[in-house]
Amino acid sequence: MNTKLVKSAAMALVLSGGLTTFARADDAATQGGTIVVTYQDDMATLDPAIGYDWQNWSMINSLFSRLVDYKFGTTEIVPSLADSWTISPDGLVYTFKLSPKAKFTSGRNVTAADVKYSIERSVNPKTQGPAGGFFHSIVGQDKMADGSATTISGIETPDDSTVKFTLTQPDATFLNVLALNFASAVPKEAVEAEGADFGKKPVGSGAFKLDEWAPGQRLVFSRNVDYFRDRPYLDGFKVEIGQEPLVAILRLQKGEVDIAGDGIPPAKYLEIKNSPDAKDLIVDREQFETSYITINTTKKPLDDVRVRKAINMAINKDRIVRIINGRATPASQVLPPLMPGYDKAYKGYPYDVEGAKKLMDEAGLKGGFETTLYAMNTDPNPRIAQAIQQDLAAIGVKAEIKALAQPETIAAGGNKDQAALTWSGGMGWIADFPDPSDFYGPILGCGGAIAGGWNWSWFCDKSFEDRGTKADAMSKPEQKDERFKVWSQIFTDIQSQQAPWAPVFNERRVVAKSKRMGGSDAVYIDPTRVIDYEAIYIKK
Amino acid sequence: MKRALAEIARQPATCVAVLLIAAVVFAAIAAPWLAPFSPDAQPFDGLSLEGAPLPPGYKYWLGTDTLGRDLLSRLLYGARTSLVIGLVANGIAVMIGMIVGVVAGYMSGFVGNALMRFTDLMMAFPALLLAIVLAALLRPSLWIVALVIALVNWVQVARIIYTETRGLVERDFILAERSLGAGHKRILFRHIAPHLLPSAIVWGTLGVATTVLLEATLSFLGVGVQPPQPSWGNIIYESQSYFQAAPWLVFIPGAIILATALSFNLIGDALRDLLDPTQRGRG
Amino acid sequence: MAALLARRVIQAVAVLLGVAVITFVLLHYLPADPAALVAGRSANAQMIANVRHQLGLDLPLPLQFWRYLTGLVRGDLGRSYIQRSEVTTLVVARIPATLILMACGILVEVALGLTLGVIAAVRRNGVVDRTVMMFAFVGVSSPQFVVALLLLYVFAAHLGWFPMSGFGTPAHVVLPALTLGLLGAGWYARMVRSAMIDVLNQDYVRTARAKGLSRARIVLRHALPNALLPIVAMIGIDIGQFMGGVVVVEAVYGWPGIGQLAWQAIQEVDVPIIMGVTLVSSLAIVLANLLADLIAPLLDPRIRVH
Repeated sequence: MNTKLVKSAAMALVLSGGLTTFARADDAATQGGTIVVTYQDDMATLDPAIGYDWQNWSMINSLFSRLVDYKFGTTEIVPSLADSWTISPDGLVYTFKLSPKAKFTSGRNVTAADVKYSIERSVNPKTQGPAGGFFHSIVGQDKMADGSATTISGIETPDDSTVKFTLTQPDATFLNVLALNFASAVPKEAVEAEGADFGKKPVGSGAFKLDEWAPGQRLVFSRNVDYFRDRPYLDGFKVEIGQEPLVAILRLQKGEVDIAGDGIPPAKYLEIKNSPDAKDLIVDREQFETSYITINTTKKPLDDVRVRKAINMAINKDRIVRIINGRATPASQVLPPLMPGYDKAYKGYPYDVEGAKKLMDEAGLKGGFETTLYAMNTDPNPRIAQAIQQDLAAIGVKAEIKALAQPETIAAGGNKDQAALTWSGGMGWIADFPDPSDFYGPILGCGGAIAGGWNWSWFCDKSFEDRGTKADAMSKPEQKDERFKVWSQIFTDIQSQQAPWAPVFNERRVVAKSKRMGGSDAVYIDPTRVIDYEAIYIKK
Repeated sequence: MKRALAEIARQPATCVAVLLIAAVVFAAIAAPWLAPFSPDAQPFDGLSLEGAPLPPGYKYWLGTDTLGRDLLSRLLYGARTSLVIGLVANGIAVMIGMIVGVVAGYMSGFVGNALMRFTDLMMAFPALLLAIVLAALLRPSLWIVALVIALVNWVQVARIIYTETRGLVERDFILAERSLGAGHKRILFRHIAPHLLPSAIVWGTLGVATTVLLEATLSFLGVGVQPPQPSWGNIIYESQSYFQAAPWLVFIPGAIILATALSFNLIGDALRDLLDPTQRGRG
Repeated sequence: MAALLARRVIQAVAVLLGVAVITFVLLHYLPADPAALVAGRSANAQMIANVRHQLGLDLPLPLQFWRYLTGLVRGDLGRSYIQRSEVTTLVVARIPATLILMACGILVEVALGLTLGVIAAVRRNGVVDRTVMMFAFVGVSSPQFVVALLLLYVFAAHLGWFPMSGFGTPAHVVLPALTLGLLGAGWYARMVRSAMIDVLNQDYVRTARAKGLSRARIVLRHALPNALLPIVAMIGIDIGQFMGGVVVVEAVYGWPGIGQLAWQAIQEVDVPIIMGVTLVSSLAIVLANLLADLIAPLLDPRIRVH
């Protein structure tokens, strides 16, 4: 126990020191200035217990703080609200010591009680947030989630600056979970004062605070001068709403906009990529994402593994990547290349139309069959769906396309009798945290194979479930690599044996920023935060 | 009558309009033979090496779209879609409108009143919003879109037919027939209907312009005919953000929609001058 | 007059009630499940059921509608599942923008329509008349979204005379108002033209001309007021058209009004917002019709109100 404490403390010191060094690494960084960010859709909410879309994720992240966080642009865990922590040898008890300097923008210090309250709030069904399931390893979470308890027994606060978590089983991803926005500290009195409007008038302890929100028009953030960690560079940022992505880019080129939040629409991409300013304007990076076709394993004839393998072989991934102007790389497996656990040796199914036809023949479906393909209706997904349709037609599968709004597509996928094939584009799985288990549970695990769930292939195999649980129990740091190897094998086996998915490509994220914006690529496409408002700056 | 027709024939605009409609109808019918490529084919050389659509050129006369499909072929097949919907939707709208209008106008009292109140109710709906909701609800296919447009457009026809029917019902010769003991069916079919025919024709024609535009707008918003089945509106829908990078994809279909709607409007207007010279310029 | 007003108001309320019922029934059959959306990706069946209960979605339909209706009377349009806001707040925040756009659109319509109609009537059957009328026809036959994209392309993107999107200065409203008003301008031009021609053919006008009164005076004093009548009568239908056009125009120009709100809501299948916007639009249409019906007899005592 003692050695652990010293080691962690030392690590924490090194890391926080490292944090400072990282932040000041680039001399061209200027302190101050405000920037303009644009989005088309209005923010739904800034409540950390509820907000779960890629638009508000970074903003919530900058408004609040959590026990632990990630070093900017990386997936390394570093202290935030907590100065240090210890983990018991059996991996079941985590004890955190809070920083005495952490304060809410309302003035008062962040205490252990705040942390406990905030996490319980996220799990509480009355909050109507999506966060409950993430905290499943804490003792007592299940009782809180179904409403039979009003607190989580596994979270204790022995004193104002100590928080102790007891888990039901060792969980290698627990620190990652505590770094999620859902674990952000919120002040109880502010939440109770605002009630359901807390999402519109958030109060947190993060690097920024919200000054103004004019619905449908703009949000204005300014620097939190009392922030207890390294101060952000920017004095503030203004978010303008209702901007068409195309218009946002045109304005960005003129210098009126600094970050185009919705990215570069396909129509402008080639023009900007080939322009002389390209390297100043575009940040192009891989992310933890895979776009895939889910194959409903419960619908005939998709329940025949040969048919699923044939579908995998019929897709011309290179052509699809060309249709999206090369903004992705063809995918061979479930996990994206950056994710630990990615199997470099596994090449997936090759593009082989003849081989696919042979498999269809073997399955007795030489004449083909009719089926449905669901997709989201925002560009470029309907186009990709049509390309997939063409590819499938070549092996005799006549797919009728149903391009719907996102909520309806999600509902169709989550309905066992509805969607047969679903293209995940626009809803492609992006890791909540950088761990392979996140690519299993909700989308390939039995727990996700429920009405309204995200396991649209309805794949549920007990043997894989067991292997996954065993892997997650390997929570000691020295078991890390071995654990990743186990996960790697699980995913490879799932695809090569059962093929419930046809992975198509790993989309790179492309962000457009104006010439005056500085900071490494990693902070514009942060794997966990999307945009690191705390780390970006205006160049001199 | 002959003189009136000659008058109209002398107006160049109307003649052009008739020719254009004839061309569109021909294109719609003969699409499979006229189209140089299949509208669904996504040839590899249809896109540039970087994946951009091709401008009008030697092989693809009007250029290609964002999937590499030939624009000309898609426009020809699109004529079918837009025209079928325009005619079917309008036909249904006129039919419903006439039935409701005649019944309401003929049967005064509770039934007549109730029908007109219902018509008022439908008029209070913002047509486009209603169409969007219906289309989203009913999962758009060609016939569903036609039905939706009809459901939203019959109201105008009903109102006009109602007013006309009421006007007719009070005319002397109808009263005379009634006193002679003529049955309702006889009066309706032999005396009222023929007088309503001109209006039906005029509004039927003008209505096609409205339905073509409405179908294009619904497709543009994504709730009309779904790709890959081409319609003039959904070609623009798929390419709207390319209006700078590939303007031919937006403005060529746009011009065709405009020309078609314009032609129907011109012809309808001319028909109105022909059949009822007292009503000029639309009320 | 008071009796008339009372009857009209009652009719208006009945119509709005009908609209509410129809929209409510329609929207409840949309396939997306709001409870699953709110509960999020990692929810299990139990959590989704809990959320459904929280949102009151497991109550019988008539009861849900009754709750909605009683809320309406209090000015509460419900709460959006997805945007986590009161619908009323969202709508009220955006209405001023749409009102501004509509007012400018009407201005464009009437100004353009009147001017063109008068010119055409005064110089009827000449080249000017035919050109103006052709322009009117084109205005009426243009798909609004194409006009919007065209104006955006030419005047904003290419020439840079106007800002491309957004809200704030008078310059921002020019292109959207123009797009919106072009359609109506065509209608009005033709109506004004025929109304004026009718008047100009009247005997008393001929007499006035014979007496030597200037053309301009005749046009302004006598013909014009007559031409205004059909415009007023059309306002009700016009607002209806505008409510539809506003969705397209606000979407293309990024104008922060209720049209844009409606479009976003339809994309996300956000039932309460769609219902709220439809109701507000219907209210506007009904009010506009009411106003038009009441003003019309003032303009022309020949019109009898039935």
